[in-house]
Amino acid sequence: MYDLNKILVGLAIFLLFFTFPILYGMGSAVPAPKPKLDTPEIQKLTDKKCVEDTHFMRTSHMQFLNYWRDKAVREDQRTYDSKLNGKKYDISLQNTCMKCHSNKKDFCDSCHTYASVKPYCWDCHIEPKAAKESM
Amino acid sequence: MKASRREFLKLAGVSALFGLGANAAFELLTPGALEASSEVAHGAAHGEAAEGVQAATRWAMVIDVRKCILQEDCQDCVLACNSTHNIPTVGNPKEEIKWIWKDTFEHLFPDQHSQYVDEGLEGKAFPVMCNHCQYPPCVRVCPTKATFKRPDGIVMMDMHRCIGCRFCMAACPYGARSFNWRDPRKYFEGKEAMLNPEQPTRTKGVVEKCTFCPERLAKGLEPACVEACKKRKSDCLIFGNLNDPESEVRKILRKRTSIRRKPELGTQPSVFFLV
Amino acid sequence: MIERALKGNEKYWGWVGLLLLLIGVGFACYIYQLYNGLGITGMSRDISWGVYIAQFTYLVGVAASAVMLVIPKYLHNYKKYTNVVIFGEFLAIAAVTMCMLFIIVDIGQPARVLNVLLHPTPNSILFWDMIVLNGYLIINVIVGWNTLLADKKDVPSPGWVKPFIYLSIPWAASIHTVTAFLYAGLPGRHLWLTAIMAPRFLASAFASGPSLLILLLLLVKSVSKFDPGKEAIQSLAKTVCYAMIINVFFLCMEFFTAFYSNIPGHMYSLQYLFAGLHGHDRLVPWMWTSAFLAVVGIFIMLVPPLRKQTAYLVLGCASIFLSTWIDKGVGLVIGGFIPNPFETVTEYYPTFPEIAISIAIWAIGALVLTILYKIAISVREEQQMA
Repeated sequence: MYDLNKILVGLAIFLLFFTFPILYGMGSAVPAPKPKLDTPEIQKLTDKKCVEDTHFMRTSHMQFLNYWRDKAVREDQRTYDSKLNGKKYDISLQNTCMKCHSNKKDFCDSCHTYASVKPYCWDCHIEPKAAKESM
Repeated sequence: MKASRREFLKLAGVSALFGLGANAAFELLTPGALEASSEVAHGAAHGEAAEGVQAATRWAMVIDVRKCILQEDCQDCVLACNSTHNIPTVGNPKEEIKWIWKDTFEHLFPDQHSQYVDEGLEGKAFPVMCNHCQYPPCVRVCPTKATFKRPDGIVMMDMHRCIGCRFCMAACPYGARSFNWRDPRKYFEGKEAMLNPEQPTRTKGVVEKCTFCPERLAKGLEPACVEACKKRKSDCLIFGNLNDPESEVRKILRKRTSIRRKPELGTQPSVFFLV
Repeated sequence: MIERALKGNEKYWGWVGLLLLLIGVGFACYIYQLYNGLGITGMSRDISWGVYIAQFTYLVGVAASAVMLVIPKYLHNYKKYTNVVIFGEFLAIAAVTMCMLFIIVDIGQPARVLNVLLHPTPNSILFWDMIVLNGYLIINVIVGWNTLLADKKDVPSPGWVKPFIYLSIPWAASIHTVTAFLYAGLPGRHLWLTAIMAPRFLASAFASGPSLLILLLLLVKSVSKFDPGKEAIQSLAKTVCYAMIINVFFLCMEFFTAFYSNIPGHMYSLQYLFAGLHGHDRLVPWMWTSAFLAVVGIFIMLVPPLRKQTAYLVLGCASIFLSTWIDKGVGLVIGGFIPNPFETVTEYYPTFPEIAISIAIWAIGALVLTILYKIAISVREEQQMA
């Protein structure tokens, strides 16, 4: 075979390059963050529940927010009937979600930073004041 | 409840696999349940309603030009809109964002102004906004349905979907559309207190325009500009349902002479000017 | 075959290096635009499309013009085009690539561009434009590559390619018709609202594309051992001549309708372009240059003794290429936005980054073309030697 050595060296460099992020982070595992739920608004709630159950919100809030967006903007459906507690909620990121979760930094950002995702929500939507002051 | 939620999750998971998102899953589980409560869902689903089938609601604005030109320095409607919708003050007229603004009769009706404009009107400015046309050219040309016509006649913008191709701006014969040439947030730097915390701003690279405040209509309120005008007791802006013969807009249109901008283009604007 | 593009002399690599440099500068400017928004261009709320969309429109025409070689060759078995038709098809590939890039750089939210596919909207002409442009690119890649492969092996091109060749003919017409419809269906923009827009687009395309192709073929002849043949070039020159005359004829018809009817809206844009409106006359010298070049170009191409001399032929083709470029790549898009819906005038002039990005896209097109032509030339040289 021609240039076997060169090919092997090349492959080694390639492997090293592509696994670098994993190798670099080895042994420095960071525990998953626990988003904080201790905002005044949440503490006021007698029944401390979000619009749907925690597991669903944790795994599917992105699709759920898209669904809400389409309902409000495209179909003018501005209230949501919760399947969790039968309550009606205003469909609004700024006026419903963030009213309770006014601690964007300790709630949204803690996980998003950990998972290294950069949602563009806040390019347009205005984050709650409390969070801004604490930043 | 519990079972259906689990089912939803499964459906959401499966449909997410196929890139469909949760919407489809929701529709499968609650077909029509959410739509039923809608007041405006009587018309066609979206876009241009079929001829002969009249929607229950067609929102319209009547602007009493004669009353408004008496309030020469008044900007209340414009300011109310700007602060409600977080519209930046850009400064550079080439990049201005305008939902409602004041301009002169000669500019707004360039094809109608007589060689001898009456003195009362000449050079006088009054408000103008998106016409919410019955046959909107902007909706026709949009390649993503980011701008679409609601069954109640409002020509709406989906800011999440707009790709910023600006085809709608070329199509709009009324200059009612504004593009975010830059990040609008930077015009609020140091002025964050001016932002309305209940409404978003926009991002750079999308087109925006007047929406007749659907979030206020949903609460039974009138658009912010109308409210501001009423607060001043000027009553130059009258808002209502064009498809209701007893509405205030229909009553005043029966009594007074009204004109619309560029009627020859067949767009059927929902904004009327009393002259 | 692609390895043929990797062997070249110093001049070849110098040229590739220059193109890469221009692309690099433009790319940096594009990153700047991406971060700061389209505000870094000269566009405004009144002139909401500028040099990007204008170049796109012009290049769709260049792409469509390949059909002026395909029809004689494949429908009339015109043998003189046998060796050059590939250059037309490769020019089409480069031109369509540039078209798509000009659309991408003009988009305010390029990350969302796939929304056009996620939410297909058949009532939007832009949706159809995307379909016909992509289709045309694919057809030309299939046809161009397979004919060249067959030529290399010195066998006739495979039978299954034939339907694609025939399909490319109406498809070429479709890309420029649909592009004209982007403009011609908009109410309230009088310069564009004309039934003759699509025919005029095709006429100017069949003048501009082949004139560019003649210039390219002459260049190919001077830098390689491949000779496209005098007759092929002269036939193309006649195509250019007829198409340009029809194009100018159509333009005159626009003037007649606007000025004889004396309807202000129909006259304003033409007045702005050729005389100035409300004291704004930035494009007037450009448009008269275009008109002058059109006359010069037609004269040279029309008179056989002139057309047959290479120097005059180059001058004629360059004149027509520039004339149509000013007409369609500058005047048409900008002029359509003036006056604005309030009948006031906002003028437009591109900024440095905007020009640098445009040049970079032209450079990408030139690079694609260089590589494709390099391959085609080396195959042709082998054939001629054999």
